[in-house]
Amino acid sequence: MVADLRRCVGCQTCTVACKESNATPPGVQWRRVFDIEAGEYPDVRRVFVPTGCQHCDDPPCLEVCPSTATGKRADGIVTIDYELCIGCAYCIMACPYEARYKVDDERFAFGDDATPNERKRADPRMLGVVTKCTFCVDIVDAGLAQGLVPGRDMAATPACVQSCISGALRFGDLEDPRSGIAQLLAENQWFRMHEAEGTGPGFYYLWDKAPPL
Amino acid sequence: MKQTNTAYRQRYWDLRAAGNFIAGGTGTGLVFVSALAFATGQNVLVPLLLGLALVGLGLSLVWLEIGKPWRAFNVFFHPQTSWMTREGMLATPLFAAGLAAALGFAPGFAIAAVLAAGFLYCQARMLRASRAIPAWSHPRIVPLILLTGLAEGAGAYLVLGEPTRPFIVLALVAASAREIVRELYRRGLSAAAAPEGTLAWFRRPEERALQTLRIAAMVLLALGLVGNTLSATIGGVLAALTGWGFKAILVTRAAYTRGLRIPRTPTRGRDTARAVEPS
Repeated sequence: MVADLRRCVGCQTCTVACKESNATPPGVQWRRVFDIEAGEYPDVRRVFVPTGCQHCDDPPCLEVCPSTATGKRADGIVTIDYELCIGCAYCIMACPYEARYKVDDERFAFGDDATPNERKRADPRMLGVVTKCTFCVDIVDAGLAQGLVPGRDMAATPACVQSCISGALRFGDLEDPRSGIAQLLAENQWFRMHEAEGTGPGFYYLWDKAPPL
Repeated sequence: MKQTNTAYRQRYWDLRAAGNFIAGGTGTGLVFVSALAFATGQNVLVPLLLGLALVGLGLSLVWLEIGKPWRAFNVFFHPQTSWMTREGMLATPLFAAGLAAALGFAPGFAIAAVLAAGFLYCQARMLRASRAIPAWSHPRIVPLILLTGLAEGAGAYLVLGEPTRPFIVLALVAASAREIVRELYRRGLSAAAAPEGTLAWFRRPEERALQTLRIAAMVLLALGLVGNTLSATIGGVLAALTGWGFKAILVTRAAYTRGLRIPRTPTRGRDTARAVEPS
């Protein structure tokens, strides 16, 4: 996943698309966009920073998980098996990116009563266990099964990227040098969050074009 | 330029989780000290059984906290890397060795002491592996948790066992070592730029009061060495209770996340990118 900080306008469309696509309860935002202020008046900058599970190369959540519910697929996507998870929340304590959530009781957007849509999409498997961004793995897998390319074909791309109005969020295969995101990384300067932790986050933030050679 | 602070206090592990570290620390400390006391010929049945009961109580509190308690046995699935699994795996043989010792199987004491130390080490490493929480993941948390458990166990033993001179010395040494390591831990957090919410706890009245009581415990234990058994007993109680207070604060109050940190602002229009320091 690539987030171009020069393009993100903080519209939160991606967060809404994520909630709509994954039917997460109130208080749970797998995709978040932080509104960060840096500096002091009059030298102040405002930066919108999309975050979520970074699908790390070496995920600390996977290391601590006592039940092996947290796993990592060959394509790098970090997953949670809701049938194995015991809801101990230890992985939440291990994730430096604050990307994981646990909800024990049903919550609805408008008080005690579920809306018809919430009733339809309620999933009891997700109560009492830890949840997080899956990079819309169901959409990615369905797209791959049809021969589509995630990141290039929207029908095989996570909902947040599909919905991004400014093209700030991009998705794809980093291992493929011809992919859009591999080219973006080659053409721009980027950072990853909490790099010193050594987790190898899979979320790259573009902040400027690459200096001329 | 500095950025907005986005660190917040974790809200998933509450007093039930803290209870595992509190009861587990005192319980394993008691089992360990009971084994030492048995080697010197003391009757340690009560402190040994109470130590095991405390370990069991701590694990029960965790069971009450997890979201899927009827899947609790899944905790044993990941001994390769998870310190929580390892803690769980040591619990059963610890209870078996402790109960065997209580029933008269003398080697059970030594085995239980080793397993109790291992259990406590697992708890310390559990916190160390919690990389979202700088107050827990600092390397000095490991010796601090180990010494806190020993200080609690040695202190509690003075109440539950025979407060003889060697065990008053042990309680005093453990309490003093805990205080030194706690100060090194505080300095380490400060040097590592831990979240302000965490550092602020060391200045709060609650923590100041705990520190005063810890020092009082050491003074009372020292008085116990000159023959005042009552003061040694009270000092032991204080040494244990102050450890409980520290761990309750550590788990439920001082546990702030790292927050989000960006090292750069992006270029926009004619503006240039700027380096950003954490707040």
